[in-house]
Amino acid sequence: MAALTGLERVSGAAPRRPGAWWRGLVFLLAAAYFLVPLGTAFWYTIYTPTAGVSLSAYGELLTADGFARSLSLSLGLAVATIVVVLLLALPAMLAVRLFAPRLRPVMEVLCTLPLVVPPITFVAGIGTALRGGTDLLAPTPFWATLIAVQDPAFPVVLVLAYVVLVLPFVYRSLDAGLRTMDVRTLVEAARNLGASWPYVLVRVIVPNLRSALASASFLTLALVLGEYTVASLLGYEPFAVWIVTVSGSKGQLSVAVSILSLLLIWLLLLAVSTVFSREKGK
Amino acid sequence: MSRSGTEARPGSGTEARPGSGSRGWLGALPLLAFFALVFGVPAIVLVAGAFTAQGRPSLANLSQSLQGGYLTAMLGSVRLSAVVALLGAVLGTFLAHAIVTSRGTMLREAVLTASGVLANFGGVPLAFFWIATLGNSGVVSGLIGLPSGSLYTFWGLVVVYLYFSVPLMVLAMAPALDGLRPQWREAAANSGATTWHYWRFVALPVLAPAMLGGVVLLFGGAFSAYATANAMVGTVVPLVTLKIASALTGDVLIGYENIALALSLDMVVVAGLVMAIYLPLQRRTSRWLH
Repeated sequence: MAALTGLERVSGAAPRRPGAWWRGLVFLLAAAYFLVPLGTAFWYTIYTPTAGVSLSAYGELLTADGFARSLSLSLGLAVATIVVVLLLALPAMLAVRLFAPRLRPVMEVLCTLPLVVPPITFVAGIGTALRGGTDLLAPTPFWATLIAVQDPAFPVVLVLAYVVLVLPFVYRSLDAGLRTMDVRTLVEAARNLGASWPYVLVRVIVPNLRSALASASFLTLALVLGEYTVASLLGYEPFAVWIVTVSGSKGQLSVAVSILSLLLIWLLLLAVSTVFSREKGK
Repeated sequence: MSRSGTEARPGSGTEARPGSGSRGWLGALPLLAFFALVFGVPAIVLVAGAFTAQGRPSLANLSQSLQGGYLTAMLGSVRLSAVVALLGAVLGTFLAHAIVTSRGTMLREAVLTASGVLANFGGVPLAFFWIATLGNSGVVSGLIGLPSGSLYTFWGLVVVYLYFSVPLMVLAMAPALDGLRPQWREAAANSGATTWHYWRFVALPVLAPAMLGGVVLLFGGAFSAYATANAMVGTVVPLVTLKIASALTGDVLIGYENIALALSLDMVVVAGLVMAIYLPLQRRTSRWLH
């Protein structure tokens, strides 16, 4: 739940010490515990007593009812979340850094709160607020907005919730990026040369933050694709909810999707750490 | 807020454009407004709803949320999270120590990368992995003759939750264990300390904040987990997240939504207390380790 993403590289050479036997034992037990479910899950997807070994579960996936719809909904939500969270967080963090250092503690608290609050309590609050708001705002034009926000075709309310949920990770990522550059000098130099604010943001800040922005985006993508609690309790069916729906009738298929989602997390984190190590190499 | 905006700019070049600098803090306004709306309003609604019964201010929901089946669920969640946190911390520390002291760089990188992936692997897919392995028609449960339903119990959940908790502990402990300098062990040995003495009086005190921080992290992760438990046990094992969900989705009698809000408030209080331990510890962790 906190910001341990595997990006934190551990450095330093290991000292030679006796005691290799217990180390071997630890590795053996860990390998058994972590690899056996992985292996059996894969075996489960490719083997049935009647049909023998086949990869049909993976082939079936592409044509499964609802697969394309739920996945494209999840991807759409992820892209919208990335755009909104970056548009909100980046200007705010720059403003705090350059003009309002006193707001810094406020920002830090705001960007830690979503980690403290369990998602299910957050969704309890959102759901109740939406129901209450619909009743309360019924006579006003805001009512239509509130209904539009809950459109099942593209539930904007999920984007809003996800922006809050990913804010801590985006904040940490961007903060790490902003630390590596002298924001004030860059901005002042550009402003003195007559650059407008949007120009400074797009041509000076963003290019320097490319890797931080990329890692924030990848983390957001991973979180949104795997998010189940908020979406299912608000009654929408993005990818993670669809997997559960389909698991009732097609067990093999749902395990196959689970393996693919593990691969996807691995790829996304690999992308993040590659971006980071390239940055360090410069 | 606006005053701090102007003071924070000692003689900067932005004065070339009068006015633009002093409004700079406005950049933070969209985020603050967004947060107030999307996080603040539900939070207020939650607290207000938890203290309202039949349209009147009341403590009935809260007292009911701490009684009977709801109390059992809350205690079940706390017990599950505590067991997962302690077991995960011990096992994760052992594994992290084995990695940090091993000589193979490849192995080390592989295990740390895998930890990063598995620590983020939770939710529904995790449940399906274990159902395929140890579930009633699972591959391994057939081989070892596991009684039907063993996975869908308290200890089954512990085994499953450790799958992401141990890697998380490895990630939390590896940097701290790396910070233990060989010179400390040598100095201790030269002063006549045994291995036990070294661990008891040197290494563990230095590692303690990181370990406690890890325990808290694991507790929080297990405490707020809902998707895995929902996909696995349904309502067999009483957990507070499952109770909230069933009260919210109207599986039970109408009018129980405010109980869900009261339960949520209980959860936030527990999570808040746990975090209140964690944050100061995290600051202390960095004191010795660089």
